Amino acid sequence: MSTLAAAASTGEAVQFWLLGTVAVIGALCTVLMKRAVHSALSLAGTMIVLAVFYLANGAYFLGVVQIVVYTGAIMMLFLFVVMLVGVTAADSLKETLKGQRWLAAGLGIGFGILLIAGIGNASLKEFNGLGEANAGGNVQGLAALIFTKYVFAFEITGALLITAAVGAMVLTHRERTERARTQREQSEARVREGKQVPPLPAPGVYARHNAVDIPGLLPDGTPSDLTVSPTLRERGQIRDVSRESLAELKALERRTEDWLGRTSGEEPRPPSSGGTTPTERKEEAKK
Amino acid sequence: MNPVYYLYLAALLFTIGAAGVLIRRNAIVVFMCIELMLNACNLAFVTFSRMHGNLDGQIIAFFTMVVAAAEVVVGLAIIVSIFRTRHTASVDDASLMKL
Repeated sequence: MSTLAAAASTGEAVQFWLLGTVAVIGALCTVLMKRAVHSALSLAGTMIVLAVFYLANGAYFLGVVQIVVYTGAIMMLFLFVVMLVGVTAADSLKETLKGQRWLAAGLGIGFGILLIAGIGNASLKEFNGLGEANAGGNVQGLAALIFTKYVFAFEITGALLITAAVGAMVLTHRERTERARTQREQSEARVREGKQVPPLPAPGVYARHNAVDIPGLLPDGTPSDLTVSPTLRERGQIRDVSRESLAELKALERRTEDWLGRTSGEEPRPPSSGGTTPTERKEEAKK
Repeated sequence: MNPVYYLYLAALLFTIGAAGVLIRRNAIVVFMCIELMLNACNLAFVTFSRMHGNLDGQIIAFFTMVVAAAEVVVGLAIIVSIFRTRHTASVDDASLMKL
């Protein structure tokens, strides 16, 4: 197969430069994005690009596994945990060690130069290509190796996976040591505290906005934070439209005045929604 | 184009991941950067496999993926349990062994 030849074709070069740029941008976004969700999505993009590179390098099985396992399972696990944890998990900007960020960035650049210079100095002129190794099929070749030469590592991997699954369950499982409070006990405690006995007030008070992120208004017109879910309050995603509607009302009044002022010299037209149609007016004229 | 460029890309991605581990404080993002480093290593292994004309590099990359999956499961479980007790996902705040 031509893609498995020792020297890459022009098409592969174009693919490399295009997708390699995407991969590097995705990696940079993973590091630099402020919200963890954006980082996770950038990393998923980078992983998909890497899957294409595996396919281009003749690792067909690994390319598919990369998409199924990494972008399909691991990144979705990450997103799951971000949704579970990340509501308040903004990165703290307080520096515990002074100048640590710049030092880390400088060290990273130095490390990168070192690595790339090392690769540049290595004698990597001869490429054999995978044409021979993949002759009987990539998956068959891998299977023959895994179940003969690497069978011990394969067995150990099974033990590792089981240990990881049990470990995750042990770490996240929480044993309940006390009895759960019944609904009656909860309501009695609420009355005893006397803080908020009835249910919390509902959000959204306008005809145009009844979304959950719009706070309800108190009698004096100020928005009440109690009406919005605490999750949205933590994220600062409360939309206050009380001023908006007042401004809209003012604009409407001004427009009405403009309209009346302009049409004062002309014959006053009936408002379009007044209910009198032209035929009705004709009948009135006949009478 | 010489396929050695894949190695340069792998080195670049590994560097970005390592710098991210040092720079970021959010434990989840630090974990993602570790994943990025593992992926860069996998790309290097696959390229080496192509260089040498045998499939051993791909086998190693395959095992790396399995280990990465196990590591992510345990690591995210630890992050979730730390978040439960301390209500933070910042690596600076988890400075005590027990709370």
